[in-house]
Amino acid sequence: MTRSAIELTVTAEDRRVAWLATAAVGLSLVDAAIPSPLPGVKPGLANIVTLVVLLRYGWGTAVWVSVLRVLAGSLLLGYFLAPGFFLSLTGTTLSLLTLGLARHLPARWFGPVSLSILAAFAHIGGQLLLARAWLIPHDGVFLLTPVFAGAALVFGTINGLIAAKLLADTPATDSPR
Amino acid sequence: MRWLALLLPGDWLIIGLAAALVGLSIPMFWQGGMADRAIVRQEGQVFADIDLKARKQIEVPGPLGTTLIAVEPGRARVVSDPGPRQYCVKQGWLMRPGEIAICAPNRVSLQITGRTRVYDSISY
Repeated sequence: MTRSAIELTVTAEDRRVAWLATAAVGLSLVDAAIPSPLPGVKPGLANIVTLVVLLRYGWGTAVWVSVLRVLAGSLLLGYFLAPGFFLSLTGTTLSLLTLGLARHLPARWFGPVSLSILAAFAHIGGQLLLARAWLIPHDGVFLLTPVFAGAALVFGTINGLIAAKLLADTPATDSPR
Repeated sequence: MRWLALLLPGDWLIIGLAAALVGLSIPMFWQGGMADRAIVRQEGQVFADIDLKARKQIEVPGPLGTTLIAVEPGRARVVSDPGPRQYCVKQGWLMRPGEIAICAPNRVSLQITGRTRVYDSISY
């Protein structure tokens, strides 16, 4: 075999990000397969991965995993660079920023469920604003706010609980493999 | 019970705040909100403008006969109409602002309005 001209050195951190992003992409696919009564109301199962990564490996890794998930997920589901992609990206960006702030909340009082709910609200808030500004330039979009907010609360709580359980059940090892 | 143990005090606080936010968002975004008045038109002219707090029936004369409209607190409907297909009668109770029942053959319409004007459709 000819040696590649470009030597990619893969660090343990890279491998970890790749594995976690794969898990997140897998959950995105599961998410997409779940029928939804309204576009935009989705469980957002991949956020479980984001939460676990955030709390175990830090914010930087969470950003990597999320961005890779949005990119790879959109490629696999065929909406790369379509409106849904930008909605997804905006939502993810805002929830990551929110998580970046919220993780400084005292961990004694605020667990993964708090982070999950805050992130879910940031996510849907960002999506609604983008939808209003770009896709449907009419205040009618906001008619759906109560539905979306309710979904964010319910799914945020459930995802947060799952993340909390995963974190409680698995010991903090350095390698996810 | 094991799941509940995963919730910290702050989590309950956030859940409570989020629930309050959801609760608040309902009147905030679904305004136009409560149905306020029922407007009955005949031949396009306002025939009656009724407060939806009252309970009453009104008879609207049209070219085919009389259309009977019933108003109750918060809702209104067309009870009977001489039109052949009875679409406006079958629509039943109207209770959200912007809803309208049109008895075209008899040239009568019944529309619900709220505090603010809402659109019956959104064009883009």
